[in-house]
Amino acid sequence: MTSQYTIANRLGLHARAAAQMVKAANRFVSEIRVKTGDREVNGKSIMGILTLAAIQGSLIILTVEGPDEKEALTLLGSLIMGKFGEE
Amino acid sequence: MPGEETKKPLTQLKGMGVSEGVALGPIYLLERERVAVPHSRIPPEGAEAELARFKKALAATQRQLELIKKRIQTEESRDLQYIIDAQVLILKDVLLLQGTEDGIRQGLNAEWALELVRDRIKTVFEHLGDEYFRERRSDVDYAVERLLRSLLKRRVESIEDVKGNMIVASRDLSPADTAQMVHSRVIGFITDMGSKSSHTAIMARSLEIPAVVGLKNVSQLVKTGDVVAIDGFTGEVVINPDAATRQRFAELKKSFRSYQTQLPRYRRLPAVTRDGNPIRLVANIELVEEMGAVKRYGAEGVGLYRTEFLFMNRKDLPTEEEHYQNYRKVAEAVFPQPAVIRTLDIGGDKFVSQLELAPELNPAMGLRAIRFCLKEPKIFKSQLKGILRAGELGNLKIMLPMISGVEEVRAAREIIEEAQAELKKDRARFAAGIPIGIMVETPSAVAAADLLAREVDFFSIGTNDLIQYSLAIDRANAAVSYLYEPLHPGVLRMIRSVADAGRAQQIRVAICGEMAGDPFYTAVLLGLGLEELSMSPYSIPRIKRMIRMIDQGEARNLADRLLGVPTGSEIASLLTKKMEEWFPDFRSDQILYKTSLDDDLMKGGKDAEHDTHLGISSRRTSG
Repeated sequence: MTSQYTIANRLGLHARAAAQMVKAANRFVSEIRVKTGDREVNGKSIMGILTLAAIQGSLIILTVEGPDEKEALTLLGSLIMGKFGEE
Repeated sequence: MPGEETKKPLTQLKGMGVSEGVALGPIYLLERERVAVPHSRIPPEGAEAELARFKKALAATQRQLELIKKRIQTEESRDLQYIIDAQVLILKDVLLLQGTEDGIRQGLNAEWALELVRDRIKTVFEHLGDEYFRERRSDVDYAVERLLRSLLKRRVESIEDVKGNMIVASRDLSPADTAQMVHSRVIGFITDMGSKSSHTAIMARSLEIPAVVGLKNVSQLVKTGDVVAIDGFTGEVVINPDAATRQRFAELKKSFRSYQTQLPRYRRLPAVTRDGNPIRLVANIELVEEMGAVKRYGAEGVGLYRTEFLFMNRKDLPTEEEHYQNYRKVAEAVFPQPAVIRTLDIGGDKFVSQLELAPELNPAMGLRAIRFCLKEPKIFKSQLKGILRAGELGNLKIMLPMISGVEEVRAAREIIEEAQAELKKDRARFAAGIPIGIMVETPSAVAAADLLAREVDFFSIGTNDLIQYSLAIDRANAAVSYLYEPLHPGVLRMIRSVADAGRAQQIRVAICGEMAGDPFYTAVLLGLGLEELSMSPYSIPRIKRMIRMIDQGEARNLADRLLGVPTGSEIASLLTKKMEEWFPDFRSDQILYKTSLDDDLMKGGKDAEHDTHLGISSRRTSG
């Protein structure tokens, strides 16, 4: 399953947001890939996510494959759209 | 002890004071030197054992961090908990674990394998364009260093080991270190690295303990047990202070305490000279979050809101709406007092990732500030519209940076008029007659100040840049930094002539450089004819105190006299002499924290009541 989002929170996928995202991703068995531009990283790796350097306004593509892909995508999507609780 | 100390040489250092206060006490040197990583080959049959050793160290390190996190579980430290979380996640990261495991299986010892992976990951970070993300490599470093120490069975010293009231000295402090300060008895700290916005500085400010960072090599100059005196305001650090220095710091500390307790009352006293001349004290800020400090320290408005921060760490440009929301908050928070919004001042040493400015050989003199805005009118206009709309809700002024002549003012005015016309067309509400002023920071603006004064509503002298441009010094070049003299006769004459030009056209002249926040210069600046000083909110109380001791007539005479002195160093020594004569306690306390505010509060009792009354009535009108 693939879904596309725009990073809306002011700080982008900075350490705090990345930590939330990776923690959430690790609750699922599905494989999770995150892509911005031509760079794709493992969604369960905080260093991977940080090296995307996704700042506000970045377009990111989530690809989730596995038995709990639906739940994983729902949770990750809501984190991103909820601006990681910022503001 | 005392006998031993006299043998050690007194060393004076100057760093960056990032958290106010004074501390005097023994050092606890937190060794944060990189551990030496041993390299050895592991035969295939030993790989499993090596892997097990790695996993054991890993688990131990994760436990350490979880423990630290648990201890800081308070509401205020939520941000810190996330920082520790990120450290834990780095140590659980598949990139790190898989990479190290692969290395071990290929015959490397765990430390070596880990080092290789760390370096590979760091290279990826180092190539990132955004400064914030690039800096996350240090988070990787902190986490891996902790793990390496665990592998090598080297204890990770922690701030929790600090017994008694000590001052922590270190090369750098990791987020985990700073987090532990919440529950320690650390009374201050000093580091080689760091800046005002590092974790360390933020933590120190929230704990209200003094900190000096950017000391370059202090961690190599001291060892545990050495006595050190630190001043978190001036950045002064004295290692092995002699009796006189200790006495001085002990007094400073006492003064600082009384200063803190009296601050709330002092806030209400007016900034008037002894002979009744009112001086306006306003604040320099760069974040909306600083508005609390602006009020707490008694600023009469904002004299300089630097808007560059709005443009940083993002891919796109801020929208008109974002500008509006930010300026609105500032306008509403200071109302009915004014706030001066300086339009975008990027270029030079400032960096904005999304604009992709071409690299320049000499950025300080390149396409920056107003020059850039006039070349990119769309970017400029969206900021102007934000200010104009927010002006509706308060008392805002527009300030144009780096103006070198009248033409730039006129060109900017044209764009402001266009912005107004567009807002009118959109039926948006905005402040029509918003005052427009300029930063006076180029020598040509000084020379043409009389012409500029006819075109604008106010001046603000930016002494930092003015000194740099007029004395022709590159501040980043250490070889010429000795030329940076605020009291250079050329600089004083320029300030006087700008003040005179402003007065002739009856426009207000302020000063917003570092000189404004240093009490040493207050008498001179008043004497040169300035009526508004803009500075960090924290500096306001002491400058106010200084002003209340100065006689405007005497200051004027002093300035006149200094203007006839031929060199900066002679001016400085004459000024020092005069200050000591006027204020006998000047040298002993540098008039920083020394606020026998009590006396002043007594003496100014009448004024205080008067001002309180005025304060209340004006606040009422603001609703």
